[in-house]
Amino acid sequence: MARMPTRRRIALSTIAAWLVGFLIFFPILWMVLASFKTELEAFAIPPSFLFFDWTLENYVTVQGRSDYLHHAFNSVVVAGGSTLIALLIAIPAAWSMAFSPTKRTKDVLLWMLSTKMMPAVGVLVPIYLIYRDFGLLDSLTGLVIILCLGNLPIVVWMLFTYFKEIPRDILEAARMDGATIGRELIYVLTPMAVPGLASTLLLNLILAWNEAFWTLNLSTLQAAPLTVFIASYSSPEGLFWAKLSAASTLAIAPILVLGWFSQRQLVRGLTFGAVK
Amino acid sequence: MKNVHGALVGVAALLLSAPSIAQTTLTIATVNNGDMIRMQGLTGEFIAKNPDIAVKWVTLEENVLRQRVTTDIATKGGQFDVLTIGTYEVPIWAKKNWLVPLDNLGPDYDIADLLPKIRDAVSLSGKLYAAPFYGESSMTMYRTDLFQKAGLTMPENPSWDFVIDAAKKLTDKEAGVYGICLRGKAGWGENMAFLTAMANSYGARWFDEKWQPQFDKPEWKKTLSVYVDLMKQAGPPGASSNGFNENLALFNAGKCAMWIDATVAASFVSNPKDSKVADKVGFALAPNAGLGKNANWLWAWNLAIPAGSKKVEAAEKFIAWATGKDYTNLVASKEGWANVPPGTRTSLYHNPDYLKVAPFAKLTLASIDAADPNKPTVQPVPYVGVQYAAIPEFQGIGTAVGQQFSAALSGSTTVDAALAAAQSSTEREMKRAGYIK
Repeated sequence: MARMPTRRRIALSTIAAWLVGFLIFFPILWMVLASFKTELEAFAIPPSFLFFDWTLENYVTVQGRSDYLHHAFNSVVVAGGSTLIALLIAIPAAWSMAFSPTKRTKDVLLWMLSTKMMPAVGVLVPIYLIYRDFGLLDSLTGLVIILCLGNLPIVVWMLFTYFKEIPRDILEAARMDGATIGRELIYVLTPMAVPGLASTLLLNLILAWNEAFWTLNLSTLQAAPLTVFIASYSSPEGLFWAKLSAASTLAIAPILVLGWFSQRQLVRGLTFGAVK
Repeated sequence: MKNVHGALVGVAALLLSAPSIAQTTLTIATVNNGDMIRMQGLTGEFIAKNPDIAVKWVTLEENVLRQRVTTDIATKGGQFDVLTIGTYEVPIWAKKNWLVPLDNLGPDYDIADLLPKIRDAVSLSGKLYAAPFYGESSMTMYRTDLFQKAGLTMPENPSWDFVIDAAKKLTDKEAGVYGICLRGKAGWGENMAFLTAMANSYGARWFDEKWQPQFDKPEWKKTLSVYVDLMKQAGPPGASSNGFNENLALFNAGKCAMWIDATVAASFVSNPKDSKVADKVGFALAPNAGLGKNANWLWAWNLAIPAGSKKVEAAEKFIAWATGKDYTNLVASKEGWANVPPGTRTSLYHNPDYLKVAPFAKLTLASIDAADPNKPTVQPVPYVGVQYAAIPEFQGIGTAVGQQFSAALSGSTTVDAALAAAQSSTEREMKRAGYIK
């Protein structure tokens, strides 16, 4: 069988990639479109794609009913804070496990990951009681702590994988040149692992931004992030799709923009082959 | 330097001695329903009358709210001062002493004006544990134009036989019109609310007097067979994922000739802003099978105070305001009589202004009056509740059974297999919970 001409193959794979990309992006596009419809149009059967009376009334309603900026600020603090603290703890931990492993290192890694296998609701009541007694309910500190702890196993695993790809010889060379552990971490390891660190940071930022179990259950008003803001627009009795779509669009906008600008870094990090 | 010191001390003394109003801040948890959102908008009126009280709202989706407030009240977390809870929770939580009895709602509250069935549903041993904010039952909504065209007349109290026959006659799949739209989405508050009410009308019950599950009895088989056959012949495609909102959208778009659901839907389907068929809707009671019970439920959203709250007095003031007679007048003056919260007070159904804008009012009242949480079905039962059994285990059991029945509707299992699975899973849970051996 003859091979297809290269240009045709490229064109086909480009179309296929665009199709897959469009399919993945479609729910988000549909949500954004629904946010500009009236409630009746959002429910219309058959649905209208682009030809409807575009309206901003949902955004006006959402802005009037909720304090978006307050929730967005809380999301930034909670997602940013928990990710940064997780990185500060995870970098030395992953470094130690990657470059000075003991015979228990694999067990420790597996044990850390196993904590992610338990459904969060299983520990809701004990955590709630601890938070109540320590006055952490509805506080940003409380949310930063729980999300940091929740994401820590993933951060350690990701960094461990990236660090393992870096040859020990480079670090040993630095040591022979007289570098201390701190200098070795800051000047040798970190620059080499920048793509890995960046993708870990971004992925965890997204995970923390979207976390909707602990943020909904441990916050009320003061610390309520955007997940609580979205949850207030769903209703069992009454039409709400358009307003919910407007609230969701506003909630994902900051992280979508961040993801857009850093996608190159993110993809590079996720396919990071270090110095192979 | 001495002078500066003196001045600072003086300012501090002035600040400390300045008269100030000690503010009590109430945190109120509520659901995102139209009437609740309207109440939030009118909070300013309450604060104007009670300047020493500030109000903060936490609005959440029903299931999220249920999980959130249950966790908080069970652990005495103290995050909320006023809770919005359903008639399902009130008797369970009152029995556990999780709620403050509402004895001090003030002399003007007029408890006697509350609809008796709704009042019963939020009371335990004669004491009110929650104040109803709005109440609902279920009824039949139908398209008058389609009935007329087919030469059919909907009776005020229709039988299932009539509804089934009419649904088949009115179905025109080519034109995209289906004879009947009913809930199919799995969940104790979704398809099981409708199916339990329907089963009541066919004489079925969840448990016998000894808490033995009854899905192996002919009454349940009749109920589920009729439901599945009817929906297969006259229901819309994909009905197993339809809940209240999906059916509302279908009905408003003119796709359903009949819809049996919450009475609160009446104001949505007859509102020209939301509905294409607003001027062609008629109302009737939920159907019956000639056994003395109609297939209608009873539900109310209520305001309650969690036990251990340190702001009981302020919370009582708020609840008395939000569920009192004056609140109804306030909503009417600001937003019109069509927008007052329905289903809680007898006086509303004697108000000519309300009756003028709510043609469905008489049937709503009749439906609420016809539902009895203490005697929900033909045979005696050990539980309270019309479309649910007010025991803590019901949420899990109801949803598991709902999944089986939804599967029977979608055709992935048979009626017999769904009933057998419902029986065994309910038996297992009831044994585990210690109701039966």
